[in-house]
Amino acid sequence: MSEILALFEHDRGEPADTAYQTLGLARALLAAGVGSSITAVVIGADADESVADLGAYGASTVVHLHHPELTDYAPEAWGEAVAGLMSARGPGAVVATGTDRGNEVLAYASAIADVAFAANVCEVIEMAGTSLSLTRIRWGGSLLEQSMLTGSPLVLSGAAHVFDGDPSPDHVGLAASKEVIDVSLSERAARTRIVDRVTLSSGITLTTAAVVVSGGRGVGSAEGFAPLNELAELLGGAVGCSRVVTNNGWRPHSDQVGQTGKRIAPELYIACGISGAIQHWVGMMASKHVLAINTDGEANMVGKAEYAVIGDLHKILPAVSEEIRRRRSMS
Amino acid sequence: MSNEFPTTASVVVIGAGIVGNGVVGHLAELGWRNIVQIDKGPLPNPGGSTGHASNFIFPVDHNREMATLNLDSQRQYIDMGVNTECGGIEIARTPERMEELRRRMVSAKNWGIPARLVTPAEIKEMVPFINEEILLGGFYSPTVSVVDSLRAGTIFRERAQALDALQTFANVEVMDIEVVDGRVKAVVTDRGRIEADAVVICVGVWAPKLAKMAGTQIPLTPAVHQMIDVGPIPVLEETGKELGFPIIRDMDTFCYERQSAGSMEVGSYAHRPIFMAAEEIPSIKESRLSPTELPITMEDFDPQLEQALELMPDILGTAEIKYAINGLLSLTPDGFPLIGETPDVKGLWSACAIWIKEGPGAARMLAEWMTHGQPEVDPHHSDIARFYKYARNDSHVRARCAEHFQKTYGIIHPREQWASERGVRTAPYHDRTEALGAVYFLAGGMERPHWYESNAELVAKFGVEDRPAEWDRRWWSPIINAEHLAMKESVGMVDLAPFVVFEFTGPGTKDYLQGLTVNNVDVAIGKSIYTPLLDVNGGFRTDLTMLRLAENTYRVMTGAFDGPRDSFWFDKHLPADGSVHFQDLTSSYVTIGLWGPNARKVMEKLTTSDVSNDGFPYGTTQEVLFDSIPVRLFRISYVGELGWEIYAQTENARAVWDKIAAAGSEYGIVPVGAGVYGTTGRLEKGYRLMGSELDGEYTVVEAGLARPKVKSADFIGKEAYLRHREEDPAAILCTLTVENHMSARDGVNRYMVGGETITTADGERIVDRKGRVSTVTTAGSGPSVGKFLLLAYLTPEHAVAGNDLQVYYMDEYFPVKVAVVGSTPVFDPTDARMKG
Amino acid sequence: MTDLAIADLRVLVCVKRVPAPGARITLTADHSAIDTKNLGFTTSPHEECAVEEAIRLVERHGGTATVLTLGPGEADEQLRYAVSVGISKAVHVTHPSLSDEGDWDPQATARALAEVIAEIEAVHGSFDLILFGNESADSGGFQVGVRVARTLDRPIVNGIKAIEIGEGPDGGRTVTAQRESTSGFEVYSLGLPAILGVKEGLNLPRYPTLPGRLKSKKADVLVQIIDPVPGGLITEHFDNAAELVIETTMLGSGPESAPAIVDLIERLGLL
Repeated sequence: MSEILALFEHDRGEPADTAYQTLGLARALLAAGVGSSITAVVIGADADESVADLGAYGASTVVHLHHPELTDYAPEAWGEAVAGLMSARGPGAVVATGTDRGNEVLAYASAIADVAFAANVCEVIEMAGTSLSLTRIRWGGSLLEQSMLTGSPLVLSGAAHVFDGDPSPDHVGLAASKEVIDVSLSERAARTRIVDRVTLSSGITLTTAAVVVSGGRGVGSAEGFAPLNELAELLGGAVGCSRVVTNNGWRPHSDQVGQTGKRIAPELYIACGISGAIQHWVGMMASKHVLAINTDGEANMVGKAEYAVIGDLHKILPAVSEEIRRRRSMS
Repeated sequence: MSNEFPTTASVVVIGAGIVGNGVVGHLAELGWRNIVQIDKGPLPNPGGSTGHASNFIFPVDHNREMATLNLDSQRQYIDMGVNTECGGIEIARTPERMEELRRRMVSAKNWGIPARLVTPAEIKEMVPFINEEILLGGFYSPTVSVVDSLRAGTIFRERAQALDALQTFANVEVMDIEVVDGRVKAVVTDRGRIEADAVVICVGVWAPKLAKMAGTQIPLTPAVHQMIDVGPIPVLEETGKELGFPIIRDMDTFCYERQSAGSMEVGSYAHRPIFMAAEEIPSIKESRLSPTELPITMEDFDPQLEQALELMPDILGTAEIKYAINGLLSLTPDGFPLIGETPDVKGLWSACAIWIKEGPGAARMLAEWMTHGQPEVDPHHSDIARFYKYARNDSHVRARCAEHFQKTYGIIHPREQWASERGVRTAPYHDRTEALGAVYFLAGGMERPHWYESNAELVAKFGVEDRPAEWDRRWWSPIINAEHLAMKESVGMVDLAPFVVFEFTGPGTKDYLQGLTVNNVDVAIGKSIYTPLLDVNGGFRTDLTMLRLAENTYRVMTGAFDGPRDSFWFDKHLPADGSVHFQDLTSSYVTIGLWGPNARKVMEKLTTSDVSNDGFPYGTTQEVLFDSIPVRLFRISYVGELGWEIYAQTENARAVWDKIAAAGSEYGIVPVGAGVYGTTGRLEKGYRLMGSELDGEYTVVEAGLARPKVKSADFIGKEAYLRHREEDPAAILCTLTVENHMSARDGVNRYMVGGETITTADGERIVDRKGRVSTVTTAGSGPSVGKFLLLAYLTPEHAVAGNDLQVYYMDEYFPVKVAVVGSTPVFDPTDARMKG
Repeated sequence: MTDLAIADLRVLVCVKRVPAPGARITLTADHSAIDTKNLGFTTSPHEECAVEEAIRLVERHGGTATVLTLGPGEADEQLRYAVSVGISKAVHVTHPSLSDEGDWDPQATARALAEVIAEIEAVHGSFDLILFGNESADSGGFQVGVRVARTLDRPIVNGIKAIEIGEGPDGGRTVTAQRESTSGFEVYSLGLPAILGVKEGLNLPRYPTLPGRLKSKKADVLVQIIDPVPGGLITEHFDNAAELVIETTMLGSGPESAPAIVDLIERLGLL
């Protein structure tokens, strides 16, 4: 019976927060009748110690792949390593979680083996003949694609946060056997490796800021932006604005968020006195969280935001800044 | 914030664009309470056409109604503090356009809007980045402005809310409009059902869909208007304003260039007509931008890019196209809005196909109409009841909209004829008139000969002068004047097939009609009644002729252009008890006119009945036989000659035409077109035409149609009519003659086409005490009097026979003289020719 | 400013024509495709940045930027858009089986691209740098660039948000590319010729100018027809995902809501 190779993702020994979900996907494949056992694949010697307990996640074996080029992440080397394992062991399936690295390694491995690869699968349905019927996500999850995947092995990644990342109730107390393989790589495996790492520069820009405090018509004037500036500064964020603001000359065009301005995706977008015209919305709809502050509860922005406060921004924002200062002085 | 969703309302207003908001604001101001407004989108921009409008107002319009709405709207925007005056220049690249701009000077003068013609150098001074080398000149309107229509909408709603009159619900979709017994009952939404006696549809491009729910039509089509935003442009950014330069309308390329802070918005009406069905408009969720901001089809815009670049090479050469849409707006078959109560569903009102420039004014018009039964501004052109049924279907709407979309910035002649949807309604003897070389104009959608090329040789015979200027001659022929003279010399036959014919029967008929007409309808059987019908303010609703055929049977004939509106009016006032039966017999009868000094001789050959003056007096009707064919004769004339209107049943009409032609051949009968019937013959007799001389803003007294006595029966508008009879008229309709046609500019003789300003000898407008301006209501030849005639209302001070005034035409003044004050004809003032 | 040491960079950008839907995607009645009746089409956003980067690289170093797409006849629009913003050459790889309703699977796409690129390179010489988008906006396969790279035997790194062309220690030309990670950026250095899969945020793409748009109308587009060799992933049909309804949480009203707002900021780890 064939095995399922499950790529356990880590960065220099530190497991990725989605790493265990790969085993959830592998178990789902088992349930769908693909393969008979799970083999976790851990690349690079750094992870030998940090990864030990995958038996409880359903893996019967953990294979550690060793090579000097595999210590740190290297797309082509990792891809070759997986491809090498595929050709050596003839697994029924190879899976990863659809992160940047997971998809990249499977893309390499499937390219080398010249087999198909289905990225961001959210459901494995069943085997139909030699093909696997599955569902994968498109358009950031708003569209589901029903597909048939054929290949030996079946190569697929699971959409992040879809498959179970917890230990398997069916495998409580089970331990996986450990296998270490010293792999050989081609010369080109060394072509794509990390030569340096940089931490983010401290200069906060509208496009990189984690918090954007943005103002619209409700701010009323150029001077009216003072409390927005204050809050943005306190949070290490940036100030943005809607088109009407730049049209009125209250702020430069470089601060404009929207269809004809910047498109941003901060962690938190605080929309102050912005009605929420669609043209503005498209500039900030990628924000992870949106807080609307508006005097009008019927405003579009209020309805579309995850959080809302009704009231005058000129009174609310100074109170927020004050509260932040108060909490910081206490800690 | 989230109010309980109501189950009843005095009125439900659907839509929260500029129109819906204006309507709730004005209704509240006029005293309405418990108004419920809903929109399927969010506020303040629910995603309709208002949201992407360019928001500018060029107040000048050739049409009085539209100019009045523009000016009223602009005043309202100013009052709300959302109007920014920036000025605007309509530029000309061609001589034809320069002529059109001169014509616009007349319209500006008519409505008192500041404007002046400017040279390319003057344009360059105002707009330094323009390439003046390709320009011939421009029309500068300093009061052109840009408004904040979204803000205005919010202010309208806030005003209504301050009066505790309004609840607005956003994100509510209409699922159905319930109609019971032809009357609106309730609006069903995805949040609940609201019962109301009145429902107003203000949803622009979605209107056809909602109308369908109520079982009626709102004849408009969503159509694409392309727009791009180009920037950043330093010279615009430096102004630090939304608008630092006048808006340019590049009329010959059908484009505009409007500054929008640091960038330039270029809009186009030059592309192919691109229509959509209301049902096809994507939902808010399906839309990338908004439902009415569709992805641009750039290949349609490319020619305009080149033209824009040519016009503003310095600033448009390097800036980027940041935003580009196929914006949806509403088009109607004739280009006018759709305002008023829908003809099929009582209590269901429309305020659709309205642009930002006329939004608040149109909203006020509708609110007044709903409140008082008649708005202050005559809604003649905007009245949704103006369409024949055949003209309300999608196919017709699209054909007409396709044609006039490309005339959005076009030069449209007052006499201009449609090219599309021709041959839809024709007379049974159409092949006969066609064989005579008829040149057809449309009357109520019906093909009606305006003149006959077969009469071309008469031009020389009567020595008719041509008109040398192309504009004056457009949609005109000297043959018209020749037909006029030939008819007056012997006899002519006139195709009047488009006449609208109603019949009223039933025991309540006389009293019902008495309640609508100014003049007494209780005349002897076989006699006729000419009468105005008034609105509550005493303005003209229509004027028409009735025949009393029996005690309680009346046949009513009205003009082709007002048939649907008149039908609506009669229908609206029918007694609820069923005592009057109203039938539209337009398709059952075809009318042919026979007039001229030899008309009686021809008639004697057609029938054995007594058609002598004693046997068949003026103003009476009889049924006779043309051999075996029964026809109804009505001894009347609109052209000032002896003769009859002959009403044949449709299936007999072709035979009747042939019989008349055969009987008349001995007297050299000529086919005579509507050019004579509607203009030259009518003008010489001083007959007033609904929509030209007669409208909702002038009174029976001012029109010179008041009879010595007032009937005792009550009728709509009587109170106002009595008041008007008591007061001195503010204006009197007069006939004027043009004393010199020669243009001082180029020595060419010019002939007015209607709509010109009448001025004093000093070139000052004549404005009466009600604020109405003297303009030419009809212009045309008077071949029998050898003069070119104008009809115009004048203040009593100027309404003096022999008074010398001027007519302002194409930015030039021509001398005119008051020929006749009041309704006395300039030709045959005693009516001896037609009554003998 | 042309950097003479690294003159004449030959850059190829591979782009895909994709629909530009709104918040909700409408499907055809049989669910076989997206209903594009009311939709505009665009270049996949990652690839818009790739196009912009190619133009900037050539502006800086000299050389030529070429755009290539595999797509239906309509994809000509995306090629010309790239030309309108400054790309100098365009190649359209197409086949009658391609349409706005149906594309090829990733393997078929990659095989066709690699074949055409190899043919072009055989005649005109090798591209120094080939840019792909990290993944297409519509099908999101995450693999076409890698497959092409393997076929052409070139290194590829994905997720790139910064690109710099420089000289390597051996005197050869290199590309230094940054990829976002949880802690910052990973820096890769690849000898040319190389391939990168780039992500939105790499730059702010310019829009076309009026003359650019007009010029693009006249540009020559090299059309190559190629037959598909299908791979092992076959799309059967589509379904809309269950809709996420945003329920707005009211944190209060007026200045009294300040603590609740700060709680939120704290909860998100942004304080």
